[in-house]
Amino acid sequence: MNDTGIYKAKGFQLFWRTAWARAYPRIVGTFRERSWLFFETLLPVLGTAAYVFVYRAINAPPDYTGFVVVGGAMIAFWLNILWNMASQLYWDKDMGNLELYIISPGPVMAILMGMAIGGLVMSGTRALIILTVSTFLFGVTYQTGSLPLLGAVFLVTMAALYGMGMMFASLFLVSGREAWHISNLLQEPVYLVSGFYFPVKAIGFWGAAAASLIPLTLGLDAIRQLLFTGDPTLGFLPVGMELGILAVLAVIFINGARLALARLEEIGRREGRLIERRR
Amino acid sequence: MINDAAVLTEKLDRIYKIRGPRRKDDPRELVALDGVNLEIKRGELFGLLGPNGAGKTTLIKILSTLLLPTRGRVVVDGFDVVKDFGEIRRRISMVSGGETSGYGLLTVEENLWMFARFYGLDSAVALRRINDLLHLLGIGDRKRTKISDLSTGLRQKMNFVRGFICDPGVIFLDEPTLGLDVTAARDVRAFVKNWMLEHPERTILLTTHYMAEADELCDRLAIIDNGKVLACDTPHNLKRRLQREAVFKLKVGPIGPKPCKEEMLESVPGVRQVSIVEHSSGTELSLILEREEVLSGVLTHLGRRGSKLISLEKREPTLEDVFIDLVGRGLNVDTSRRGKETP
Ligand SMILES: Nc1ncnc2c1ncn2[C@@H]1O[C@H](COP(=O)(O)OP(=O)(O)OP(=O)(O)O)[C@@H](O)[C@H]1O
Ligand SMILES: [Mg+2]
Repeated sequence: MNDTGIYKAKGFQLFWRTAWARAYPRIVGTFRERSWLFFETLLPVLGTAAYVFVYRAINAPPDYTGFVVVGGAMIAFWLNILWNMASQLYWDKDMGNLELYIISPGPVMAILMGMAIGGLVMSGTRALIILTVSTFLFGVTYQTGSLPLLGAVFLVTMAALYGMGMMFASLFLVSGREAWHISNLLQEPVYLVSGFYFPVKAIGFWGAAAASLIPLTLGLDAIRQLLFTGDPTLGFLPVGMELGILAVLAVIFINGARLALARLEEIGRREGRLIERRR
Repeated sequence: MINDAAVLTEKLDRIYKIRGPRRKDDPRELVALDGVNLEIKRGELFGLLGPNGAGKTTLIKILSTLLLPTRGRVVVDGFDVVKDFGEIRRRISMVSGGETSGYGLLTVEENLWMFARFYGLDSAVALRRINDLLHLLGIGDRKRTKISDLSTGLRQKMNFVRGFICDPGVIFLDEPTLGLDVTAARDVRAFVKNWMLEHPERTILLTTHYMAEADELCDRLAIIDNGKVLACDTPHNLKRRLQREAVFKLKVGPIGPKPCKEEMLESVPGVRQVSIVEHSSGTELSLILEREEVLSGVLTHLGRRGSKLISLEKREPTLEDVFIDLVGRGLNVDTSRRGKETP
């Protein structure tokens, strides 16, 4: 009926085209405007340095320096989730992009996935710089027993973490301006409970178990266990178990995002919230 | 038969719940569309003409699957907007005036490419179409400009290109020439006309305040006010309704009491509608009279009130007059000025 003669992808192919197209501005943004590089890597390095010096002053085991350095690098991902992923759809609504995302045939889940991919590239770059700089500054040495396992832990952690970000993005969409406060509220406590700067085991079993809802907690713990084999008793749970839990979290969060999105689109269409502007 | 209609609405109502701060006896609901029945045929360039708040954007948002109808049935390209919105989304696109979509860091080409990919286009095809369409709209040289550096008009042309890249079966244009200067608006209208000529199977629904635009472009028009469709016909037929009436435009000086619409309708028999617009140089009256002879009554009335006549013009009825006749007021000052400037 409307055969336009132009090929238009469907299904899976459309999903990926949409996701990569949405990732593109993020990736371009990362490398086109590099002013962020200085501030967004310098501050975490400073934060890391503070802990490194504290640990050295109290004669903590040398592995603690490595713990802090890895934690400091992983913070990049958490900040990305809070300040970019979670509020992105909300800003997109304000800019008038959300309407266009919704009425385009590319699924909004793919848009979210694209944001996640873009965010991963951006924060990955950032994390890598922080890691390299602080490793060099503080003379950290790593031991890796199993690189494939390390890779798997990292990927599954990211899947769970960005799945959580995708879910936040959908939920923040209806909450509006308060979203910003929630982000603020989550930032510092999560630094604490996720053990960015110390082994999570230190906050006790139940504390660590609760903190494990945030995928970074277990991800970080597993990565540390794999990178620093000096004192295995510092790990919270066995790496295999942590990997399993992270995989379950990933599935839960990604599905949660999908359901939240569908539900919110329905509410948005009924109540006219997709088309309103707050500014 | 549904299949022949690109857009069909039956008894469409849309009621907004009012949220946020509200005083005790403020209304809780706002009826934005009230029993709208429309049928737009495939291949038509259909216009929605109405004042601010008439419900034009609301209707467009419902048709483009961003908003649900409160009641009634709405079908776009054969699919129901409530159930089959996924199918509809593959067949439509939308461009709104004053849109600020896209990411400022990207170039025009990158931004358009991104949206094209959301429709599943191949990269090479997308880039070729972007190039062609940008040239058609006269901004081929702006491909590599960052969109944060674009002027309003250039940006709007870019948005326009976005709407057409995916070659949609039905396209919704919500005040597409908003904020464009005369030349840019003319480019955009020429583009729309051409596109319809080259793609006779496609359908466009556009909303506008600009009478001349509606008159020039649209095959058929619906005049809408307060959520209701007051008339729906070709521009020619709409104007023919006023054929037996006499349409005058007159201007009175700034000194003396201002003419009063209610008083005139009451005290001069045969005056069907009046619209009064204040200018710094005087007051402009658009009059629709039942017979030409009524004019002398109007002049006597104005003279008695002390108004000084500056100019008087008898005109062929325009869409503006049709609008005044139906709605009881003009659209706005800008509209009438705009109408004169555009060729
Ligand atoms: N999200 C919303 N919530 C509540 N009321 C709304 C909402 N959107 C629009 N309205 C109201 O519905 C009515 C119709 O608005 P709409 O935007 O459809 O008019 P319009 O014809 O497009 O006007 P304009 O020419 O100013 O663009 C207006 O009274 C408007 O205030
Ligand atoms: Mg509008």
